[in-house]
Amino acid sequence: MGTATAARTAQAPKRLGKQTIQFQSPAVIIATGTVVGPKEGQGPLGDRFDHVMPDEILGQKCFEKAEQIMLQNACYTALNKAGLAPEDMDYMLSGDLLNQITTSSFSALAVGVPLFGLYGACATSTEGLTLGSALVDGGFAEHVLVGTASHNRTAERQYRYPNEYGFQRKPHAQWTATAAGAAILARRGDGVRITHATTGKVVDRGIKDPYHVGAAMAPAAASTILTHFSDTGRGPEDYDLIATGDLALYGHRLLLELAQQEGGFDLEPVLDDCGLMLYSSEQEVGAGASGAGCSAAVTFGSILKDMEQGKLRRVLIAATGALHNPISFQQGEFIPAICHAVALEV
Amino acid sequence: MSGKQQLKPEQKRYQSLAKKHTPKPPLLRHAVSAFVAGGIVSLVGQFLTNFYGRLLHLSPDRASNPAVATVILIAALLTGFGVYDRLAKVAGAGLAVPVTGFANSIVAEALEFKKEGLVYGVGGKMFTLAGSVIVFGVVTAFVVGLISALVK
Repeated sequence: MGTATAARTAQAPKRLGKQTIQFQSPAVIIATGTVVGPKEGQGPLGDRFDHVMPDEILGQKCFEKAEQIMLQNACYTALNKAGLAPEDMDYMLSGDLLNQITTSSFSALAVGVPLFGLYGACATSTEGLTLGSALVDGGFAEHVLVGTASHNRTAERQYRYPNEYGFQRKPHAQWTATAAGAAILARRGDGVRITHATTGKVVDRGIKDPYHVGAAMAPAAASTILTHFSDTGRGPEDYDLIATGDLALYGHRLLLELAQQEGGFDLEPVLDDCGLMLYSSEQEVGAGASGAGCSAAVTFGSILKDMEQGKLRRVLIAATGALHNPISFQQGEFIPAICHAVALEV
Repeated sequence: MSGKQQLKPEQKRYQSLAKKHTPKPPLLRHAVSAFVAGGIVSLVGQFLTNFYGRLLHLSPDRASNPAVATVILIAALLTGFGVYDRLAKVAGAGLAVPVTGFANSIVAEALEFKKEGLVYGVGGKMFTLAGSVIVFGVVTAFVVGLISALVK
């Protein structure tokens, strides 16, 4: 640890190492809500989500509205499970993939909780958990509602092609998940605690292909996970599971290789990826899932339940986000990426 | 902005690592299915040309006009019914290169942006994909026409 870091730690006693917070009174995830689309419902985790939508449009006039309904539904589900009302929430932290994060803003309008809008692309879930934990641990909030959503139809048309446009997807392309997840963080209560958070730096390793976001994000995941290890003194053996956000098949393999090359860690025994868990291989999704809702739905719907049932004790969630937009891509820029990690403990 | 950016050594290293982990698309399968699908589209076109030629007593040259219009109509209808993108997944260039691909790109955009209204949505976005095909098609035709006029 450098002297600058040491000095900073003295001023900010909850800081650990370069990029990590060790919470003193860790926030508890007291309830969660998950809503997924029909395709996600047919996947291997289908029965672990609170609501599986019968179709992608939900009787709304457009898919954007349907995405908002999904996020609101996830929020209300979490509130119902906790037996709390929107008025009990001090803050809502939410982000999504659409321009100017309208899904989050419009949903917060309906839910009626003071909002901080976030943008971390598909890393928004853990960005929200990090900031929510800080608000709770700092004594600024008793309850924080954290949410995020993505919708295949709205994201594809914004980032890529119209939905009915016929083309052959590249084998490494990922499928934007139609999914929403919300969680309530509280000062007190029963549930999984968020003990550490490692905030990622933006990483650019020269990937330009917007279909290959897994490859663009893998170095960000490696950077954050390796920094988390050096900041906390932990290693892969301290975790029952390290789940990245949505690297999918090829990004996952790249991360395994990077962790070995750059940190000398063998992540193979504990590493998994939310983008690989959401769909089965027969579902024609290319390399796997992506989208802000992917890591949120899988973490809140499946991983937290495994922790509550005692199957997993300590988990690191490292959600990954690709920070490009269609304009930056057309202007020939590389795809910068970010990864935020939170350590969860029963 | 576009063009080669200066690559840092770590970016260069990672690009080659990423390349190693990037699957190759099944080119041979794609080529064969594009060949077959493109052939089927051409057969349909030829059948329609003959059909209109006999029905309306047109020369083959002129009969191709209603034939092309019919192929466009079929592609547009298939797009609207949500069948086209499934066919194109298999057929690839076999459907993209003929006029079917052009029709699909226009109808797909029009459908997608219907909710944004007739003016800003359908009208404004319809040619987002097809627009550059039209522009460069016209420019190329102009240049080729100019050359052929000068050579003659």
